[in-house]
Amino acid sequence: MLEIKNLYASIDGKEILKGVTLSVKPGEIHAIMGPNGSGKSTLASVVVGNPAFEITSGSITFEGKNLLEKDPEERANEGIFLSFQYPVEIPGVSMVNFMRTAINEQRKYRELPPMSASDFLRYMREKKALIDMDNKLTSRSVNEGFSGGEKKKNEIFQMAMLEPKLAILDETDSGLDIDALRVVAHGVNKLKSPEKSTILITHYQRLLEYIVPDYVHVLHDGKIVKSGTKELALELEAKGYDWLK
Amino acid sequence: MEQQYIELYKALHQLIKQNSATIINELRDAAFAKFESMGFPSTKHEDYKYTDLKPVFSADYGLNFKRLDFPVNPYQTFQCDVPEIHGYQYFVVNDGFYPSKEEHNGNLPEGVIICGLKEASEKHPELVAQYYGKLTTPQNDALIAFNETFAQDGFFMYVPENIQLDKPVQLINIMRSDVDMMANSRNLIIIERGAKAQLLVCDHAMDDVNFVANRVSEVFVGENAVYEDYKLENTHAKTANLATVLIDQKESSDTLTNIITLNNGISRNNIEVAMNGEQCESELCGMMVGANQQKIDNHTTILHNKANCHSNELFKYILDDVSVGAFTGRIFVEKDAQQTRAYQLNRNILLNKKAKVRTRPQLEIYADDVKCSHGATIGQIDEQALFYMRARGISLPEARLLLMYAFTADVIENIRIPTLADRMKMLVEKRLRGELGMHEGCTLCMH
Repeated sequence: MLEIKNLYASIDGKEILKGVTLSVKPGEIHAIMGPNGSGKSTLASVVVGNPAFEITSGSITFEGKNLLEKDPEERANEGIFLSFQYPVEIPGVSMVNFMRTAINEQRKYRELPPMSASDFLRYMREKKALIDMDNKLTSRSVNEGFSGGEKKKNEIFQMAMLEPKLAILDETDSGLDIDALRVVAHGVNKLKSPEKSTILITHYQRLLEYIVPDYVHVLHDGKIVKSGTKELALELEAKGYDWLK
Repeated sequence: MEQQYIELYKALHQLIKQNSATIINELRDAAFAKFESMGFPSTKHEDYKYTDLKPVFSADYGLNFKRLDFPVNPYQTFQCDVPEIHGYQYFVVNDGFYPSKEEHNGNLPEGVIICGLKEASEKHPELVAQYYGKLTTPQNDALIAFNETFAQDGFFMYVPENIQLDKPVQLINIMRSDVDMMANSRNLIIIERGAKAQLLVCDHAMDDVNFVANRVSEVFVGENAVYEDYKLENTHAKTANLATVLIDQKESSDTLTNIITLNNGISRNNIEVAMNGEQCESELCGMMVGANQQKIDNHTTILHNKANCHSNELFKYILDDVSVGAFTGRIFVEKDAQQTRAYQLNRNILLNKKAKVRTRPQLEIYADDVKCSHGATIGQIDEQALFYMRARGISLPEARLLLMYAFTADVIENIRIPTLADRMKMLVEKRLRGELGMHEGCTLCMH
């Protein structure tokens, strides 16, 4: 599904990713762990096409298509979703308008007619119920005045709405208390299916108690230095990252 | 440049007076003397630093001093009934008030007078004389003096004590001519104690010729009265639209001025709100969309002359291409105007490196117990927000549009007539998509 090969990426001339190779197949959950500054968020950013980063070499394909040739919106409409580590506040753009525009842009991309207003509202209600999203949040401007936990929950809500094939959750657990974490994890688990894949980016093992990964990778200084199964996460929790250097 | 108008007045002042009314004529010679000594303001004049009016006035324009009727009945030809608003609707074509020729508006509430200023001066001389020129005379402004020299007619509205107009009044200013044309129209609006009125002014230009409109409005808002003034400009690149609005507020009155400029040539709005009683509320806001060579200059003055008043000012500009914006926000707090609250914010988005905006907050505060704030920002579209939206599948143009629209949303939300706010939302969106034409007549109404 997602094939990253020998990827190098930099920002403002500073090299962050130094040859990352990763393969994610349908239905798999991968966890990417690593200390601060190891390049985890950069990896997520380049997969979704953040224009701040420059790809200097390597390739990313998604379902056989060259992602590097595609704009961020095309990647999203191909079915890739990023839950942002720091969701952006957009004053003046209502959640409803934002989501309706996103859904209809996705439908347009897939050559489907726009969703009617009533169908859209029904669909949104269903998804809100699924992840237990508060009505008062969806009636406000995008992320404006949301608490940290509410922002993360809103990311999962958007994921539920857009039904991506590949979801990348960038530090979705950071800044969440244990209850919020449980709610977010519960949402992610509900959305799981045999065709859908997930990449969890985290530096704590905590989230992995709720969302069990098939594979765990350790990113260090822009490279994957170790891969394993969920037991690797426990080992990291016990020993820290230093033994891998 | 001034000389041709000075000679024009000397040659034609009799004709001008014959075709106007006594009360309007009484101030004419003094205004002319003032204009003769001042001339048109150059960019050396502090108040006109950012908008050069010389090219506007150096061209030749027709002036309709004989009050020749254009063979149009705008009430029939100009399909401008805002279906959702059902306002009382009136037309000023160039500078002449066109009375409704049929039962167009139904009955106005008892005592309310809406007609041409010339007609009002003849039929209600005492009422008009009590107010006409009272706000303009103390001013030292060339555009006002010029207007007072040449204006013969305009729009008159009188809402007597405790009458609240049940629906908005719509004034449609149309520039219509086959040759280059200048219009100096004069408006007088009197909202008595406890009364309420909403005025919606639509400025349009119909023909592909050069137009100059130099309009002056005096607005008197009595104790506890409410006055809302909405203006939508959708003219064209050959229009210079100069408008002065002077508002006098008495105790506990409430005014709202909301200006939306979507298409224009050169626009200059001189707005002055004088709070001459305690406990006044005043909201002054606007949003401007500029592209190509549009020039938009809002010069605002809020005079806190009495204590315990509150003013709130918000202007937003989105400028593309080589368009130029200017904003001056003058707030003056008198020595005794304690407990004043005066807030001002001007925010601008420049979509192009060649677009320009100049913003000047000017606060003069002589009282010591006040809350005043001002802010000005000039920036580009938020790149992070843009990427966030694109990461949700929203295309770059659509994401830009949503952000631009969001930027202007709070100005539109200030509109207190919900159906008008909805209509404005639609028009602003259409304008931001580049789909709003300049010759669409009254865009408020046409679907």
